[in-house]
Amino acid sequence: MSDDTIPTARRPVRDEMIAFVIMTALLLVVPLTGVYPFFVMQGLCFALLACAFNLLIGYGGLLSFGHAMFLGTAGYVTAHALKVWGLSPELGILAGVAGAAALSVLTGLIAIRRQGIYFAMITLALSQLLYFVYLQTPFTHGEDGIQGIPQGLLFGFINLAKPITLYYVILTGFLFGFLVIYRAINSPFGEVLKAIRENEPRAVSLGYKTDQYKLLAYILSGTLAGFAGALKVFVAQNASLTDVHWSMSGEIVLMTLVGGLGTVFGPVVGAFVIIAMQQYLAGFGQWVTVIQGGIFVICVLTFRRGVIGEIAHYFKRSL
Amino acid sequence: MSINLQALMAQLLVGLINGSFYALLSLGLAVIFGMLNIINFAHGAVYMMGAFCAYFLLNVMGIGYWPALIIAPIVVGIFGMILERTMLQWLAGLDHLYGLLLTFGMALIIQGVFQNYFGSSGLPYAIPAELQGGMNLGFMFLPIYRGWVVICSLIVCLATWFLIERTRLGANLRAATENPTLVRAFGINVPRMITLTYGLGVGLAALAGVLSAPINQVRPLMGADLIIVVFAVVVIGGMGSIMGSIITGFALGIVEGLTKYFYPEASNTVVFVLMVLVLLVKPSGLTGRTT
Repeated sequence: MSDDTIPTARRPVRDEMIAFVIMTALLLVVPLTGVYPFFVMQGLCFALLACAFNLLIGYGGLLSFGHAMFLGTAGYVTAHALKVWGLSPELGILAGVAGAAALSVLTGLIAIRRQGIYFAMITLALSQLLYFVYLQTPFTHGEDGIQGIPQGLLFGFINLAKPITLYYVILTGFLFGFLVIYRAINSPFGEVLKAIRENEPRAVSLGYKTDQYKLLAYILSGTLAGFAGALKVFVAQNASLTDVHWSMSGEIVLMTLVGGLGTVFGPVVGAFVIIAMQQYLAGFGQWVTVIQGGIFVICVLTFRRGVIGEIAHYFKRSL
Repeated sequence: MSINLQALMAQLLVGLINGSFYALLSLGLAVIFGMLNIINFAHGAVYMMGAFCAYFLLNVMGIGYWPALIIAPIVVGIFGMILERTMLQWLAGLDHLYGLLLTFGMALIIQGVFQNYFGSSGLPYAIPAELQGGMNLGFMFLPIYRGWVVICSLIVCLATWFLIERTRLGANLRAATENPTLVRAFGINVPRMITLTYGLGVGLAALAGVLSAPINQVRPLMGADLIIVVFAVVVIGGMGSIMGSIITGFALGIVEGLTKYFYPEASNTVVFVLMVLVLLVKPSGLTGRTT
């Protein structure tokens, strides 16, 4: 995306450090405040997912409308590994992430052949293809999904069935993923990615093999989205078709848009806003969909920077 | 392997009908994309609105199928033009992706509202009396309504092609696609033309909706999954040529029908698999220019 809504200014790292410390501190004390831990854990998984998605669109300018496929695939693989193969949690997570990574290599090689609007349509079609595959293959149990997944002992001694323990494990996973993404966007790789987003022909003329950079960003994004999906299995204790459906991909886009495309902290804020909205409006049935659509429309028409993007713009900071 | 001709022909016909809808919808998407540079994610939702419009005309106002075939696309087309005037026009000059996101939001709103009032189950819409029954062609039994859907879509597709490729209005339209500023300098009202184009594209989708109402039941989500298949059709065919969209639409419908006969498990996915193959072999699409 090459318009003025995505901040391109030099990034003073100090502001981001302060914001990171505040975010981490808040998340560390959450279990002490009596907030429903399941809600926050779910929020953390989606926050990581949105951050991974944001790596691709905010820094690479590629809109994936099929990111749910990584969430769902990693979820299914991890769930299957834990329940059927009886693997330990760490190996289950590893299997799920590996599954998502393999999928991102395969779909990435296909999707990066086109750009812009076509890229979005292709990723959407690929995820729909996968949806139908998962609907029919026996190991996903179709409409029922994989249920009652054992949480087990992480590294043999951390009991994930205990909510408070699980919370800190999920938080650690989230922070790890977040820092990987932060490192990636501030590396030379991230700079090249931004250059491609701003002006691809120019990046090509400077000798960068832009397709390789885009593919790498796609794989990194898909793999981390898979990590989020694997973590989510321990929170929800199920893996179902909902996580592969196009409406999930739409929600990921919405979270990032609300928080701010191309901002470091926006996707985290956006994820919690949308999850909270779903939580509080759960009784309103399909009106939730209508409201989500309304937020999409409002964001695109009047609020393209998102919450964090607007704040950063107002204070002329980079967040 | 012995081939059951009767069953094969039946699946081919189903394929042709789906192909008609793919053609009408991808044609509308291509026309809209040409003028507005927007991929209309709400296309499935307006297709559904077309079907519901026919349903209301019949059950509330007592207006039958034939007038609905004209009235529903006009009503939904006007609705589309209002959307364009109030929302889409503000996106001019922004990245294409915002158009996709905005129309996705519009689709969620429209589908959500209908789901609230009508649930997810289907409402029946009877086949008009003149088109009931069927003909025995010797090798197969042809339900008349299904034959009509294919022929009607084909005529509408070709008429749209003629309008855009062979008339003065179409020439203005194509010129405005290439260089809107210059066309405005000639005194042609380009913004009005953009609005009408969006109305035309949306109207075509609504027409497909009316045609499908007696075959597929009238459901709030009837267009939600269809639009994703149509996206794949558009990726395969490319959006550069009107005739390309029509041919690709019908051809993929036929392929899908054949798959239903020979390997039913893959009938949901065959269009997507073809999309992958086309992207591997000819990334720019079969008829499209590189983007």
